[in-house]
Amino acid sequence: MRLSTVTFRRFKHNKLAFIGAIVVLVLATMAIAAPLVAPFSPTSIDIKNVLSPPSATHPFGTDDLGRDVLSRMIYGSRISLSVGFVAVGIAITIGIIIGALSGYYGGWTDAVLMRFVDIMLTFPTFFLILAVVAIVGPSIWTIMVVIGITGWMGVARLVRAEFLTLKQRDFVQAAKVSGADTMRIIFRHILPNALSPVFVAATFGVAGAILTESALSFLGLGVQPPNPSWGNILTTGKDYIEVAWWLSLYPGLAILVTVLSYNLVGEGLRDALDPRLWESES
Amino acid sequence: MLYYIAKRLTMMIPLLFGITLITFVVINIAPGGPVDVQTQMSTKVSAQARENLKRIYGLDKPLHERYYNWLKRFVKLDFGKSFVDGRKVTEIIFERLPITLIINVLSLILILCVSIPIGVLSAVKQYSKFDKVATVFVFVGYSTPSFWLALILMILFGVHLGWLPISGFQSIDVSGMSFLQRLADWAKHLVLPVGVSSFLGLADLSRYSRSSMLEVIRQDYIRTARAKGLPGSTVAIRHALRNALMPIVTIFGLSVPTLIGGSVIFETIFAIPGMGKLFYDSTLARDYPTIMGVLVIGAFLTLLGNMLADITYALVDPRIRVRGRET
Repeated sequence: MRLSTVTFRRFKHNKLAFIGAIVVLVLATMAIAAPLVAPFSPTSIDIKNVLSPPSATHPFGTDDLGRDVLSRMIYGSRISLSVGFVAVGIAITIGIIIGALSGYYGGWTDAVLMRFVDIMLTFPTFFLILAVVAIVGPSIWTIMVVIGITGWMGVARLVRAEFLTLKQRDFVQAAKVSGADTMRIIFRHILPNALSPVFVAATFGVAGAILTESALSFLGLGVQPPNPSWGNILTTGKDYIEVAWWLSLYPGLAILVTVLSYNLVGEGLRDALDPRLWESES
Repeated sequence: MLYYIAKRLTMMIPLLFGITLITFVVINIAPGGPVDVQTQMSTKVSAQARENLKRIYGLDKPLHERYYNWLKRFVKLDFGKSFVDGRKVTEIIFERLPITLIINVLSLILILCVSIPIGVLSAVKQYSKFDKVATVFVFVGYSTPSFWLALILMILFGVHLGWLPISGFQSIDVSGMSFLQRLADWAKHLVLPVGVSSFLGLADLSRYSRSSMLEVIRQDYIRTARAKGLPGSTVAIRHALRNALMPIVTIFGLSVPTLIGGSVIFETIFAIPGMGKLFYDSTLARDYPTIMGVLVIGAFLTLLGNMLADITYALVDPRIRVRGRET
């Protein structure tokens, strides 16, 4: 049986992970189909209905400019998800390259690159992100790049560890003997075998990136109004904390549910891909 | 043991050097410099004036020379003067640092006191109802945006119930209070910030203590202890916990950067004048000397946390010390 089939079968048995996966899919569909799903335009201002509490027409209420909170949240999911995926894409690319070089070459290359990883890990990451975003100027692209370049260290360590064991294996020796060049050995022969822990890390990474983006937007250093983001709706929530609880409650719940789903999927994937746990099942 | 500590201390030096280098490079190669900030408001500023400003800040020199100069002053703990109010950066930081440290230390203590019992109990009673509830708590804890939790708790306890103050870390009329009143006032202000900042750590550490405990419980010497008739609680606490705690020490050290990073968020929300708030304000004002100072100090605190964790690890686990001497 193929590995992917086994993995999928095991994943399906994990109820929580399966629910998480469904939520992830629903959210992604909603984000893509935002104009069709959202009842109102996310930016249309309605001065007569400022800060109105949840009702039949506005299930999640309206904000300080009378905009429909539900619609803003639906459009906001586009931001959260795209930041999550692009940032993790960047982080994985850097992590794979550094981890692969470090694990394959060993010696000095390894020592220098791993010290670099150690140094990056001692920075309070959020401080670093904040500093760069503030200097370069907040925009969705800055956030993606900055979250990416401060989040690759875990992946680099994972890939390095995989490479350390994989490079000793016979199939790598065979590739070497048959004259494949080094880059081909690293990326075509070893890397595909080292990817499963990276998938798991990537899923958790999306969850983390969504949290970071929302925190940045909340602090006013992320997605700039009038563009909606779950984080910047919460900023308005803080400004009207004494009168409009719905501005604070719902976007936060959306973040919680989304991040939770990605974490559950990540946990499910980890268990499903871990061969040590396979024997417990018949 | 002394040898081990000395060795760990020397290992810190290249790391510290790397930290200063990265801080400097990141801040300086990022587009948009301090001169831009001061001049972009007015189109009338001539190129000549711009050059003059650059010379005043020493920005006309090449990067490596500026780094060398900055490093030279850094060794003497001189980060220069704040662009905002002209005070010494070190002075400002050391004024704010104690507040952040107090909150973080209180959070760490809270995390330890709550998460280890949770982790141990869910490991000892694996798959029980308690374990399941704890697991759900852990996942929700991982996924909760801390600033949102802060907002919700502020609405609940501050606005609706009116039990707790929602901002600052002391009341305005604090000078008229007796010492005990002041202490109580202070405690009231700290409940929410400390609670919120320990939330993520709680989830993290409960999870780790659970898995660490599970691993230890399966070992032979635990079975021996059980077989000779010791009560379950004695085995769990005297035999298993002591060994299970070791890896937790390391995780504890690693959670320092997360806590410090988190202080930006909750200090901003609760309007607490600590280092996190200082950092937030200085990024908004593009106060370069302060930004660099806080970054370096923050990274230094993390290094210190890691080192303390390593030393504690060596104290509780003699194997580490001995191996350290051989190599």
